[in-house]
Amino acid sequence: MDDVVAADPKPANIRGAVGTSRIHDSAAKHVAGEAVYIDDIPLPQNCLHMIAGMSERAHAKILKLDVSQVRTAPGVALVLIAEDLPGVNDISPTGTKDEPVLATGKVHFHGQPLFAVAADTIDLARAAAKKAVVEYEDLEPLVTVDAALAAGETVLPTEVLTCGDPAGKLESAPHRRQGKVRLGGQEHFYLEGHISLALPQEDGDVLVHCSTQHPSEVQHNVAHVLGRPNNAVTVEVRRMGGGFGGKETQGAQWAALAAVTAVKTGRPAKFCLDRDDDMIMTGKRHDFIADYDVGYDDDGRIVGLDVMLAARCGFSADLSGAIADRAMFHIDNGYFLGDLKVTSHRNRTNTVSNCAFRGFGGPQGMVVIERIIDDIARTLQKDALDVRKINLYGDEGRNVTPYQMTVEDNELPEMIAMLEQSSDYVARQKEIADYNANSRILKRGIAMTPVKFGISFTTTFLNQAGALIHLYTDGSVYLNHGGTEMGQGLFLKVAQVVAQEFSIDIDNIKISATNTSKVPNTSATAASSGSDMNGMAAQAAARTLKDRLTGFACAHYGVTANEVVFAANKVQVGDKTFTFAEIVNQAYLNRVQLSATGFYKTPKIHYDRETFSGRPFLYFAYGVAVSEVKIDTLTGETRTTRVDILHDVGSSLNPAIDEGQVEGGFIQGMGWLTSEELVYADDGRLLTHAPSTYKIPACADRPEEFNLKLWPKGRNREETIHRSKAVGEPPLMLAISVHHAIAEAVGSVGAPGHIVALDAPATPECVLDAVDRAKSSVAKKTVRGAQ
Amino acid sequence: MRSSVNFLLGDEPRELTDIDPTMTVLRYLREVEGRVGSKEGCAEGDCGACTVVLAEVQGDALTYRAVNACIQFVPTLEGKQLLTVEDLKASDGALHPVQQSMVDNHGSQCGFCTPGFVMSLHALYQQGGAQDRLEIDNALAGNLCRCTGYGPIVAAARAMTDYDAPAEGDMPVAEVIAHLKGLQEGDGVSLEWRGRKYFAPRSLEALAAIYKHHTEANILAGGTDIGLWVTKQHRRLQTVIYIGDVAELDTLEVVDGVLQIGAGVTYERALETICEHFPEFGEVMRRIGSTQIRNAGTIGGNVANGSPIGDSPPVLIALGARLVLRCGPDVREMALEDFFVDYGKQDRQPGEFVERIDVPLAAPDVMFRSYKISKRFDQDITAALGAFAVTLDDSGNVASARICFGGMAATPKRATATEAALLGQPWTEETMQAAAEHMATDYAPLTDMRASADYRMKVSKNLLTKFWLETTDETLESRLVGVAVNG
Repeated sequence: MDDVVAADPKPANIRGAVGTSRIHDSAAKHVAGEAVYIDDIPLPQNCLHMIAGMSERAHAKILKLDVSQVRTAPGVALVLIAEDLPGVNDISPTGTKDEPVLATGKVHFHGQPLFAVAADTIDLARAAAKKAVVEYEDLEPLVTVDAALAAGETVLPTEVLTCGDPAGKLESAPHRRQGKVRLGGQEHFYLEGHISLALPQEDGDVLVHCSTQHPSEVQHNVAHVLGRPNNAVTVEVRRMGGGFGGKETQGAQWAALAAVTAVKTGRPAKFCLDRDDDMIMTGKRHDFIADYDVGYDDDGRIVGLDVMLAARCGFSADLSGAIADRAMFHIDNGYFLGDLKVTSHRNRTNTVSNCAFRGFGGPQGMVVIERIIDDIARTLQKDALDVRKINLYGDEGRNVTPYQMTVEDNELPEMIAMLEQSSDYVARQKEIADYNANSRILKRGIAMTPVKFGISFTTTFLNQAGALIHLYTDGSVYLNHGGTEMGQGLFLKVAQVVAQEFSIDIDNIKISATNTSKVPNTSATAASSGSDMNGMAAQAAARTLKDRLTGFACAHYGVTANEVVFAANKVQVGDKTFTFAEIVNQAYLNRVQLSATGFYKTPKIHYDRETFSGRPFLYFAYGVAVSEVKIDTLTGETRTTRVDILHDVGSSLNPAIDEGQVEGGFIQGMGWLTSEELVYADDGRLLTHAPSTYKIPACADRPEEFNLKLWPKGRNREETIHRSKAVGEPPLMLAISVHHAIAEAVGSVGAPGHIVALDAPATPECVLDAVDRAKSSVAKKTVRGAQ
Repeated sequence: MRSSVNFLLGDEPRELTDIDPTMTVLRYLREVEGRVGSKEGCAEGDCGACTVVLAEVQGDALTYRAVNACIQFVPTLEGKQLLTVEDLKASDGALHPVQQSMVDNHGSQCGFCTPGFVMSLHALYQQGGAQDRLEIDNALAGNLCRCTGYGPIVAAARAMTDYDAPAEGDMPVAEVIAHLKGLQEGDGVSLEWRGRKYFAPRSLEALAAIYKHHTEANILAGGTDIGLWVTKQHRRLQTVIYIGDVAELDTLEVVDGVLQIGAGVTYERALETICEHFPEFGEVMRRIGSTQIRNAGTIGGNVANGSPIGDSPPVLIALGARLVLRCGPDVREMALEDFFVDYGKQDRQPGEFVERIDVPLAAPDVMFRSYKISKRFDQDITAALGAFAVTLDDSGNVASARICFGGMAATPKRATATEAALLGQPWTEETMQAAAEHMATDYAPLTDMRASADYRMKVSKNLLTKFWLETTDETLESRLVGVAVNG
């Protein structure tokens, strides 16, 4: 596997240096079916298989829960109801105490686990679960955000961010417009569903293999549910088959139930959710309703804004507070908004508790402001890109966010200019207008939208990471850190950092499973922070070891530190040259400690949640996309035909991995805004709980032409790991350009100035409705359209 | 009949006697064989993470087809070679070109879907590979990836044929063929397992006799519907009769101007012939399901299961297809539309089964179009599907009209009021608009997770408009996918 050297290579004659497009460390195992996921671990003897007994009501009092028949069913080893849990019946991640492992008293959503069954086989467990007798007293369910909003039901208090005098500015604005936008939620659809395998240990301890982005939180939650200290529980995760935020908090329930079963029975226990159970019982991206009132001048410059955001949080808080906060933080996207008020309701619904999903509320905030910009452009009959440009953050006076953080690293004006040119935006826009004038049924649209995404956990204390490195006497290196691998290439990137630090081939570095007994108290691999934080922590550990080796060499050979040089698998000590292995072994023989931890905490950030002000982010990641679509105005079907992307990953640790994140994130965002639709029945049942009814993009949905470039001038102005930037989440929001391209195509059949008001997801039905509204805005109505 | 299931797992012969007849191939691989490379992503044939390849003897060669192991029952492996992701590496550990191309093009991220993609690509590789975007999309339509956005996988598909061919495996192809041919002797398989029965007869006569005797049985063809009864509804099927090995049901030929499609013919096998005679139907057939689904599912099964949607029944009805049913030695025939009595109810007697579908070749002057509307173009269940067949007389008036929709009623149903409004009228925009209003008489569609009743009605009317526009303006560009055949 030869490395492709990046445009700006770091000088290091080693395999896997920072900045090279090294292939994913597990790629050869992936393609051979040899990469082990938890369900692939050879089954321990006597393993129990688990299933949850689910509520058949969205909101009800539990009058009776009789599992006696379940307990006596064939093959059943254990049935757990809430009262059977030895410790705390709660897995709420932020201390809200509102998320039981198993329901008691009331059920709060259709599918909520009431009990768990462990049996010799999954078939026996499933058959047994059907024997439960449950009686409910129905309560009125709140199924939609509108209903929850009307009822004033929230999981957390409403937050308001006010900046300046929005009411006054709205009053005096030359133009003013109100509107509403509805955004759907999104199922993560990681290909590997949630799974935990719990192995009983001595003293009532337990080892849990869990598919989670947050092993430490799972460890702590399992300990709480067991009523044991954290040190009684070890959680390990080698890799996930996708996470996307869906495995940040949602794994604890299954891990806890499996762990309790393992401890109580002394038998291994596997809780593997099948696709339907996973989609029914685990959270999704929050759907939002937004009402806005915007004031703007003749050029389209926003002068005042009042936005209400209402989010479907589901029945409990989970991470909804931070998610809704991030939606507020991204209501500006790349734009200077001046005076504004943002009101954020965190609505309680009788649906599954929603959770993190790539972007974490940011995408929802951005969609709202981009819709507002679109409305402004349409009412003024200006090109939307011109309105976008005029509202961008700029110099002194236009460079402070609504939360009082100065934007110091704005790349957007330059990036937009570059992409506008490379994508031939203006000429294509003209060509598309000509096409639309001559095409009766099919219409095309093109749009460019920017992304500015804040990097850091907005909960400041989470911005810490740890790593552990051992050097063995043969010069091989063992690497461990708190980050988890879900396909994003984090393990590889961190290994590249370590290889670079020691200047050794990456082949010498053993990548190892994340394990709470190696690096404790870690944060979730989330907020795109994985390589930023774990890369720095691993670098710190490597530097400690390198300093020790250097110190040893200086003392042993009587040289000064600057005469010890690590380069290309060798260590130069004065006029002597050793292999890396030789110097490590010499250090060992001279009793030098060859194991070190590293720690990192993100600098500069601070944030006062009371006033919604401070510097919640270390920096921003930027991107710009131009999308072109074609729509069928008789059916509402759409197709994305061309995409041009320019994305800022700073100075890339691995361009191939980063490009993979950008492309994959974009398509995932496109799915959210087009074909992926979560449908709930009036009684609160989720109707779309399998890929037969929930449609993520398929291969043919990929745009025919996809031009992706990493921002050539990208270099983080902050001192991040090798000046790279986070890449996990930001590209998802580039797909907002697809939504706007569809709106442009729809707008082409409307009267000038017609507000398209396209909601999301833009399914054929949603688009056809928008087309019909647009058509009816034109006085002249014939089937053949305006010829 | 033999009371064991015989097949090759890679190079190794297997003879199974003690096997649950509805155990899926995926569970068998993972739980019995310990081959855990194939993954369960959905257990309903929609994500492709479980994709395996079946090699079968055709003439003196092997044909390879990708199928979903998650909904395929183990006894249907009889006489075939089952290839999984574990079979691709060379004995020296070298990756197969398909695998190497995926690695080199960064085709995997989380890796969970990857074995399935590799096997779909392997089937494509065995068929000679592809460069064309549509061909690659078709080969991969049944494999979902949530990480990559597909670009790197498409690149891998294009590049895989650039690598040196892999060394022949431990068992040379000729030996595989000889082994599989040996298994085809005899009159089929008959299993009994814990009181449950499975039959796989090889002749029509035997099938008719067994079914007449076991009227409680479920007839199994591709398993793309029945497989889900087991994996999703967790039903226990008492008696199963598999028709995939019945030679007479594999007929696909034109006889006296009628295309005869045997009940065992898979979508994929029929595709080329259908595209030749009915290009529009071919496009519906392409989109009815992924390659894996088309490789397993049959048109006969699509008719017999009586789905209100289809997708082939509404098209077949518009084309004037007739159904041939058999019960024991007795054969009867009916217009396909008469078969669908009500939701979940068909005109089929106990012991009676679909033998054949007869589709009259369309006269050259028939204007025919069919449109499938769904949230996603590939591998999606239809919200509404409209099929239109209209002829005009010499003066340009409508001489005949057959319009049939799926997804608009409890069964695939003709739009008789709309048809009546067209008959004898000039083929003009006014005629078409006036007729479209009768859709509301013909149909009272439902709202479900795929679309609202309003949308279904609106789009059905619009499809008539589209049909009219396409048949009156040869230059019109009107399709986002596939190819409209104007004229």
